[in-house]
Amino acid sequence: MSEFDDLYREVILDHYKSPRHYGRLERPDGEAEGQNPLCGDELSISVAYAGDTISDIRFEGRGCAISQAATSMLTELVIGRGIAEVAAMSKDELLAEIGIPLTPVRLKCALLGLGVLKVALHRSAGTPLPEEWANLGQDLELR
Amino acid sequence: MGASRVTKTAQGPLTGEGVAATRPTLDAHRQRADFAYLEELVNGKPLAYLDSAASTQKPRQVLDALREFYEHSYANVHRGVYRLAERATEAFEGAREKARAFVNASSTREIVFTRNATEALNLVAYAWGLDNLRPGDLVVVTELEHHSNFVPWQYVAQRQGAGFRYIPIDDSGELQLDALERIASEGRVKVVATNLVSNSLGTINPVEKLGAWAHEQGAIMVVDAAQAAPHRPIDVQALGCDFLALSSHKLCGPSGIGVLWGRQELLEGMAPFNLGGEMIRKVTLERTTWNELPHKFEAGTPAIAEAVGFGAALDYISAVGLEAIERHEHELTAYTLGRLGELPWIETYGPPAERHAGIVSFNVEGVHPHDVAQILDWEGVAVRAGHHCTQPLMARLGVAATTRASFYLYTLPEEIDRLVDGLHKVKQHLG
Ligand SMILES: Cc1ncc(COP(=O)(O)O)c(C=O)c1O
Repeated sequence: MSEFDDLYREVILDHYKSPRHYGRLERPDGEAEGQNPLCGDELSISVAYAGDTISDIRFEGRGCAISQAATSMLTELVIGRGIAEVAAMSKDELLAEIGIPLTPVRLKCALLGLGVLKVALHRSAGTPLPEEWANLGQDLELR
Repeated sequence: MGASRVTKTAQGPLTGEGVAATRPTLDAHRQRADFAYLEELVNGKPLAYLDSAASTQKPRQVLDALREFYEHSYANVHRGVYRLAERATEAFEGAREKARAFVNASSTREIVFTRNATEALNLVAYAWGLDNLRPGDLVVVTELEHHSNFVPWQYVAQRQGAGFRYIPIDDSGELQLDALERIASEGRVKVVATNLVSNSLGTINPVEKLGAWAHEQGAIMVVDAAQAAPHRPIDVQALGCDFLALSSHKLCGPSGIGVLWGRQELLEGMAPFNLGGEMIRKVTLERTTWNELPHKFEAGTPAIAEAVGFGAALDYISAVGLEAIERHEHELTAYTLGRLGELPWIETYGPPAERHAGIVSFNVEGVHPHDVAQILDWEGVAVRAGHHCTQPLMARLGVAATTRASFYLYTLPEEIDRLVDGLHKVKQHLG
């Protein structure tokens, strides 16, 4: 195991233990939740907008470290960015941030938060969820 | 559900020293020389493979048999008139004879090759169930069934309008046989289906007793031995069952082949399952008649080399000795339950060590099993985390998943120590 990997692992464990932007916005502009029935991960995300950008975000949930840490990292990635840009954000951007290789099972855990956020953004914009996320959304019971 | 916290019962190396000479033992260190994969490094650490219940590693002898067969005796089986096809058929049918001897069946006609235990169980559920189940009948399974002996029965029972019941477990994961009377009062019991060893909890189920009860009810007894056959001697006649399923890949053999053993009179009375080549006697434009047993149930080109490799695996584990394997795993289980029992932040599931096969399911307080498995993987310890294809059981335990360590003839107590060390890291990072 390289020290480089170790560093990533430290970051993930840190986000898991001290999640950023944890909680729920009182007056959100967008909201969604989802769960991964395979491992019982649960998440809800609320977002607030200022014009075309995401001005604030909160998440709540429980489950495995990967799902919770990935969502915490996601909140840091998206805050202050354009709504449309994040609604179109690729999986790879988040996975690069997570940094460690994930098996397909863990990949679903890692992508749960991004899926939930996409549902919230597309729903509030009245646009359909892109197809790849709609398919994943069935597995992840996104609502 | 309360966990069984079993007290420490065994310690130290289990290499046979200090064990009464009359009891069959095995030397896991010696067996390991046959398993190249165990030399593999994971994250720069030696691999502690504790997931043999999912599938075992393969010894050199099995790999050699596959290569040897492909290089010197390979052709399609049956129907060939040339020498090579005859050799291939001989090897293929030789594997069937080995399987017969392995489960002590009275004839090779009773040994049907399938893809795996799942297909064997589906074969019975469809080919027997569709013609024999009707409204008012009951199919009885257990609360700790693997989905492969649960879902086919649930489905076929529903299709036939028959009832579907399960035998509940108690808090230590053992079947509550006092429920049988109530179940019998609710309809005509026609099928009792259970595993001999639970893949999630390691519970060893009282199949003889259940078989006797099934037969009193006029039901057939279907035994899923996928998790038992690799680890203890199987005698279908002594078990008193009607059907028994197993998979080659769980006992050192290749994947892609399994066995359904069935009592000849029952197999003879059943309609075929898959139809096509090899399973026919005569085909005309008007009608088709079926081949004799066991070929009636083996449509299409079978897993030929896999069968031969399976035969080599049966030779391998029989030479080690099933009693020795059972004993070795029992000692590992007792050791594991003992070591985990010392950790108050770990909950173990399943019966006490005496009635517990080489599978230990547990949870680390407050930590998701996937994270447990992930951190153990970083330490080079391979365990499984999930529902283990037993979702009804997970619901009964009130958990989404467990972490499971499982053993085989190559498992060393030192590897259990590495598991425990890894669990301390889990606790330190996430607990
Ligand atoms: C108890 C039990 N039954 C059935 C099966 C299914 O075996 P296979 O996947 O080889 O068909 C398994 C394997 O996980 C098992 O553990």
